[in-house]
Amino acid sequence: MTKDRIVGKSVPRLEGRDKVTGASRYVDDMELPGMLYGATVRSRIARGKIKSITFLPTVKWDEFVVVTAKDIPGKNCIALIGDDQPCLAQELINHPEEPILLLAHPDRNLLAKAVEAVSIEYDPLPPIFTIEESEKLSEIIWGTDNNFKSYLIEKGNVENAFKNADFMVEAEYATGAQEQLYIENNGMIAVFDPQQGVTVWGSLQCPYYVHRALMELCGLPEDRVRVVQLETGGAFGGKEEYPSMLAAHATLLAVKSGKPVKIVYDRMEDMAATTKRHPSRTRHRTAVSKDGKILGGEIEFTIDGGAYKTLSPVVLSRGALHAGGPYYWPSVRIRAKAMATNAPPHGAFRGFGAPQSLFAMERHMDFIAQTLGISPIEVRRRNFLKPGQTTTTEQVINEQIGLGKLLDRALELSDYRTKKEKFAQANLSADRKNGIGIAAFLHGAGFTGSGERYLNSLVGVETCPDGTVRVLVSSTEFGQGTKTVLCQIAAEALGLRYEDVGIAQPDTQKVPNSGPTVASRTIMVVGKLVHSAALAIVQTLRSGGLLGEVYSPEEFRAACRKHVAQNGTFRSLARYQQAEDISWDEENYRGAAYAAFAWAVYVAEVTVDLTSYSVTVDDFVCLQEVGRVLHPVLAAGQIIGGVAQGIGFALYEKVIWDKGRMKNGQMTNYIMPTSADIPPIRVFFEELGNVHGAFGAKGIGELPVDGPAPAIVNAISNALGISFNSVPLLPEDIFEALSSNVSHDTLPALADSKQ
Amino acid sequence: MNDSQTATKFDIPLVVNGKTITVHAFPMERLLDVLRVQIGLTGTKEGCGEGECGSCSVLVDGALVNSCLIPVLQASGTHITTIEGLATDKRLHALQQAFLDFGGAQCGICTPGMILAAVHLLSKNPQPTGADIREGLSGNLCRCTGYLQIFEAVADAAVRCRQ
Ligand code: FES
Ligand code: FES
Repeated sequence: MTKDRIVGKSVPRLEGRDKVTGASRYVDDMELPGMLYGATVRSRIARGKIKSITFLPTVKWDEFVVVTAKDIPGKNCIALIGDDQPCLAQELINHPEEPILLLAHPDRNLLAKAVEAVSIEYDPLPPIFTIEESEKLSEIIWGTDNNFKSYLIEKGNVENAFKNADFMVEAEYATGAQEQLYIENNGMIAVFDPQQGVTVWGSLQCPYYVHRALMELCGLPEDRVRVVQLETGGAFGGKEEYPSMLAAHATLLAVKSGKPVKIVYDRMEDMAATTKRHPSRTRHRTAVSKDGKILGGEIEFTIDGGAYKTLSPVVLSRGALHAGGPYYWPSVRIRAKAMATNAPPHGAFRGFGAPQSLFAMERHMDFIAQTLGISPIEVRRRNFLKPGQTTTTEQVINEQIGLGKLLDRALELSDYRTKKEKFAQANLSADRKNGIGIAAFLHGAGFTGSGERYLNSLVGVETCPDGTVRVLVSSTEFGQGTKTVLCQIAAEALGLRYEDVGIAQPDTQKVPNSGPTVASRTIMVVGKLVHSAALAIVQTLRSGGLLGEVYSPEEFRAACRKHVAQNGTFRSLARYQQAEDISWDEENYRGAAYAAFAWAVYVAEVTVDLTSYSVTVDDFVCLQEVGRVLHPVLAAGQIIGGVAQGIGFALYEKVIWDKGRMKNGQMTNYIMPTSADIPPIRVFFEELGNVHGAFGAKGIGELPVDGPAPAIVNAISNALGISFNSVPLLPEDIFEALSSNVSHDTLPALADSKQ
Repeated sequence: MNDSQTATKFDIPLVVNGKTITVHAFPMERLLDVLRVQIGLTGTKEGCGEGECGSCSVLVDGALVNSCLIPVLQASGTHITTIEGLATDKRLHALQQAFLDFGGAQCGICTPGMILAAVHLLSKNPQPTGADIREGLSGNLCRCTGYLQIFEAVADAAVRCRQ
């Protein structure tokens, strides 16, 4: 592996030059002749029925294009997992940002006033806004029981574990909604031509999700819907599903007007109407032996899905599969459910359910330690998964991962022991309290279970007439470095230089479906396919006698040119094949949930100021095993960026809800970390390698969001001697806890005596 | 800016990236829109439209401003530098090169504003400390990078600029 020339090196970001010179084209930078601008009229109430719609005479309506649900040529839904989310509400309103009507006009400055001039009357119905209200079933707002999806994971005999417990440790944890806050708002341009069909260009993660949604919406065949991704200014999961909605809206206006239509949200609309991280509640009931070993437990993991199903079943699944953390559970019962509320649907956000359930797990480990009077380090060490042991779904850990060693190294890097002692001394009198906390966790790479098999991803590498080579994937770049790393992989496999390889713009008419760009799957799964497709090109050229054993880039280009001249453009395709050791029982949620896990131990050091109750993170050590690191600068960038989002999740980012609507939908009052808030984030990698990924890579993108919240809250709890069990944890929460002067712990129930 | 519709357009002279031009615009139009739509310099980005994110940052007579907050009339007669004005003859500005080398740009949407904020910082303070850099860029939000690689890039460019 050390012979690799390109993989493992920090080559220049492929589209980097355009980004630093301002030449990159994002959706709002694109204009088409005769283009109209679109806007959305949304509901004002959380739940009810539309009684009447009036167009007030303050606006010249004949200048506007107006679209309602009646204008939808195909199915009125945004096709995803279930088809329950309407594209435009026809009668029923299920959340306060529900789109009802679309407007378009050549002058974008006139839209806001027109939106205001549509007056809608409703017959309101009683809404529900919390998981608890939804569970009570006082109002049924979805299906027969407000439940989008449930899972049950069972391993071993939990009842026996409860009987044999020396301690029963019980507590409840909660996490709030979090806005992705990509700096580029959602936007889309649509053009309709009766012969060619629909084309959309936009800011998006998953071209083929949008493609499918538009086919259903318009009733058009595959080849008459074209989706093109433009440069995308951040996504983080927030542009996984919502772009289908936006594309649908722009398309309807384009169909009706016969003109190109652009819809770009402003910040407030983007924050209010698009998806956020699911709020969650986790209950742990754990049987522990007196030497700190987990014997078994029950974990109830519940998320608030908002008004429609969207991606909630998958987010729920990932949350449930990560709920047991990186620990060995001899027995466990995990009950997971996603409930409906009258808020805009919650959706994908980096981590995808895992940051929620891992927050609970890692706070709970500290709570177990506290209950038993042993150190948080020891309780983790005694329960870490070891090679050969099984996860909660009975997946055997085949990797030679040594979590104990990872932990030791993280403690050393952060100087944990010395600091902990020092803080304990200094805190006795200080009005600034210091604390240090850890989080140990794992993150599964790729789609869950048999997901990758269903995706059936297809990847191409093609030779062009001029002898150059291009990678063809629908996997998108939105900051992570997708293009760069896939080109590194292809160049390495082809024996070329990095600059000899190009990559096509994701365009459903030109690239095969390599699956969605989500789930930390791109480098591991798609990268591996790029590798095989590239190798097949070399093989073909060789077997055609066009290429020798050793060749220069020029010789390679000449060989390609010859091959293309003889046979036309040559596309080498590679399709995903499930490895034999990955088998998954969907019905019982048992087996190999993920092809590979990344592992990590993070350590946070904080200061709590007892005059302002504010928390500063002073140092943050992230140590992780993510397989082989293919591009050190990009990999570190993923970790640092993810940790910064995790710090926001823990300390700053609070969505304030008012009857299902986000009240603080502006950057002035929804606070994300600025450059002044970021501690030194020290990034370290262990590299074990991974048989399933390209050149030994595993997923990396989501892992870093899992650890910061629990590590930071553990550190705050350490500093103050008070347990905090929810995030975001704001100064006012700390103030309240300190002034009520009562521990917020759920006190551990007394253990049943051993029988 | 609805009221701009009822007003009359004016000829407003500007010097943009060294070139003298006259735009015909409503006085209250945002400088951001004039740059992007009329002049076609789309490198300046809009992230929030309310002065919070800094992705619309440009230099007006050497001062760092959020172009989403400035009516174009206020910029009349000034020298404006946008991201398109930094590279000379295809040669990247030291900060652009450093952003490339150190991973300072991920999705790239904050990058033009961030680089201009850094240009401004180095023009006032050619030898910034780590704390100066942090402070100097704190009006520019980046959701991707977590800032640290941007700090590295700016520190490196400061050294390169001094040489
Ligand atoms: S767009 Fe001007 S500060 Fe955000
Ligand atoms: S690089 Fe994406 S917001 Fe800064």
